[in-house]
Amino acid sequence: MSRQTQTLLGFDRLRKEYFGVPAVTDLVLDVPVGQVVGVIGENGAGKSTLMNMIGGVVPPTSGQMFWKGQAYAPRSPGDATMLGIAFIHQELNLFTNLTIAENIFVDGFPTRFGLIDRAEMRGKTQALLEQLSLDASPDTMVDHLAPGERQLVEIAKALHRDAELIIFDEPTTSLTPRETARLFETIERLKADHKTILYISHILSDVERLSDRIVVLRDGELVAEGPTDEFDIPRMITAMIGRELSGLFPKRSAKPRGETLLSVQGLSQPGVLDNVSFDIRAGEIFGLFGLMGSGRSEMARILFGLDPYAAGTVTLNGATLAGSVRDRIRAGMAFVTEDRRAEGLMMDASIMDNLSLVSIERFGRTPVALLDEKAIAAKTEALKSDIQIKAGSIAVQPVRSLSGGNQQKVVIGKWLINEPALFILDEPTRGVDVGAKYEIYALADRLAAAGNGILFISSELEEIAGVCDRVMVMNRGEVMGTFDAPPFVDTEILALAFGEQAKTREVSA
Amino acid sequence: MTDTPKDRLTGFIARHGTIVMFLLIVLVFGTQAPNFLGPDNLANIIKQASFIGIAAIGMVFVLLTAGIDLSVGSVMYLGPLIAGFAMRDFGVGVAGGLLVAVAAGAIMGAINAFLIVYLRIIPFIVTLSTLFFFRGFGAWLTSSRQFDFPDEIRAFGLSSVMGIPTPILFFVAIAAIAHVVLSRTTFGRQVYAIGNDPAAAEKAGISTWRVKAGVYIICSTLAALSGFILIAQIGRLDTGFGEGREFDVIAAAVLGGASLFGGIGTAFSAVIGATMIQAVKTGLVFTGVSLYLQPMLQGLIIFVAVFLDSFRASQLEMLQRRFIRPL
Repeated sequence: MSRQTQTLLGFDRLRKEYFGVPAVTDLVLDVPVGQVVGVIGENGAGKSTLMNMIGGVVPPTSGQMFWKGQAYAPRSPGDATMLGIAFIHQELNLFTNLTIAENIFVDGFPTRFGLIDRAEMRGKTQALLEQLSLDASPDTMVDHLAPGERQLVEIAKALHRDAELIIFDEPTTSLTPRETARLFETIERLKADHKTILYISHILSDVERLSDRIVVLRDGELVAEGPTDEFDIPRMITAMIGRELSGLFPKRSAKPRGETLLSVQGLSQPGVLDNVSFDIRAGEIFGLFGLMGSGRSEMARILFGLDPYAAGTVTLNGATLAGSVRDRIRAGMAFVTEDRRAEGLMMDASIMDNLSLVSIERFGRTPVALLDEKAIAAKTEALKSDIQIKAGSIAVQPVRSLSGGNQQKVVIGKWLINEPALFILDEPTRGVDVGAKYEIYALADRLAAAGNGILFISSELEEIAGVCDRVMVMNRGEVMGTFDAPPFVDTEILALAFGEQAKTREVSA
Repeated sequence: MTDTPKDRLTGFIARHGTIVMFLLIVLVFGTQAPNFLGPDNLANIIKQASFIGIAAIGMVFVLLTAGIDLSVGSVMYLGPLIAGFAMRDFGVGVAGGLLVAVAAGAIMGAINAFLIVYLRIIPFIVTLSTLFFFRGFGAWLTSSRQFDFPDEIRAFGLSSVMGIPTPILFFVAIAAIAHVVLSRTTFGRQVYAIGNDPAAAEKAGISTWRVKAGVYIICSTLAALSGFILIAQIGRLDTGFGEGREFDVIAAAVLGGASLFGGIGTAFSAVIGATMIQAVKTGLVFTGVSLYLQPMLQGLIIFVAVFLDSFRASQLEMLQRRFIRPL
């Protein structure tokens, strides 16, 4: 077969530069029709930039793209959609104030006598939903759907538009295990229908399971490409980071000290938490594991003073905390939230503005507290090199343009200026690739070694077991048990998390 | 989630807060002044509400896209004024005048739309400028003098069909058409989509500039029409006509449940909001409240209604919050 019929999407010396820094460098690649192609790469490897070029969001600096052998130069996202390219992003592009059916037909409603033909729209939507085994009425408001269901609506939209190429960008981030399994079935089905799929994910085992071919990007360049059989996970990792990774987790550089830093006693809130007690020592990384709905993030919010609690005490450095978030920040708490985009960062503000946000009061000079811009620049610049944020000019570049791992470093960095004693890290490595994960673990270790306490909340068992000194497990707002020393056994942690053996187990609580 | 009767009551009030509030206000005035609830007075309230109401229906379109139009008060003035010239100097008649007013409104809306969509200036600034420009243009045309319409216009303004005053007929018809447009046409549903997430609307391939242009044209057209219908009842146009009315119009739309942040609201929001404001005004007169206290009380009632609305939103959120363990 000729190149035209085999290749759906091709790239020829495709290049994109931001602020003079190349994000994608002279990429040459063909995406074959009807295959699932896994795209993997570290933080800032150029995956997002490549997808943005395919989607018509940003134009390439040089080079060309081909769609079915024809030159392809989209000027807007609409161009890409019209040609048959659909994106399923982490953040979905659905209108929550419209129904499922309206979301699917929003760019072209079926009409009769100028009015929307609801019966036809409903019928066609019903067929699409059945095809995807989504059991919901076409008239359901999207607002009322769970994340996994919303994603299926997004896929239904792609099918309705006869998309030939469907690009999944970290699609499992906000899904439960069951929703993930269902997504994978759907992807298999799409493949059977000769759809071509680009699957981008940091979860390498998923990529290995789903893909026919694997494409590895590093620093904007294509470093490896081939059938999935030729890749095992260690080879993927080696290709992604360009060296052998000695381990997924850094060695702990210091032991926790004796003194108690944070003490939580009998924390309760009806419907959320019941009698939660634990201590975190100085220099300790204290793991908190729980499944979705276990109350782990809810507890973090209560600890930080964001949500109310009915009973219990929180003591930090011997002082009992009672007040607002501000008081808790002053007392030495830092909170890296689960959702960095919505809660942790001002996405369109510069890196410098984000880094100086928490500690801005420190930079007030003169009686009226005008900000000392030079001091801010010096401090944030030092921070940037200290925690190795990969970026151009921190005064100009918006946080939105950073990759996930570098964004997370900015979130952690903004607290560092304040020199807190206790860090609450809620899912700090979500949506972050292997290499950047390692850096975040190393940063946590460094903070702990300096005598800080860290509450490390995660739903990933391996990292909880890999980086923590102790692990507490929660289920339905209760502490199920605490494991006091490594090695932590996956099955034991999971058993507690599922609430199977409750408090009768032989672990200290 | 446990569903106690109290929860259900809270939920009902939270969901239908505006209507509940509306009925309460009417009832309170009704007990204070029994005439207030008479059919003549209720019809009168709706008739008087039609002026702000018709313009507020147009405003709902704009608010749904998370935009704002401050120029409606000036459009209410300039639209009928141009129609008046056409009637007096060219003898186009009342029907002709109505068409001219509507066309003039559409053109003013197109000017707003051009500046907002094509030059990408924010709606607040654009419509603040045209607020002065449109009124200034009218003042220049009339040398700031009162404009007298031909007598025939009052015959139209005070007419009724089968006992129903013409302004009410226009109000009801426009509300019905607007409702169908918003709920049953591609344009209408895309208005909601853009208000919910403009970036996603762009990505979904919606021609957002067209939809946005459309809402500003509709808003000005309805503002000019509402001005014409009120002028038809008075017969003359003062230079200050419509001044400051943009705030009544926006207040009516928001009071009825339209969100300033876009994506939420219906044609009926405007109807309910405008009728509610008028009911309060009339009710204060009926109950003999001092003329000097009335504006303050109006302000207070609007504040309370909107405050209850935000309270309602937080209550709804509470009701929908998921608990992870039994209470």
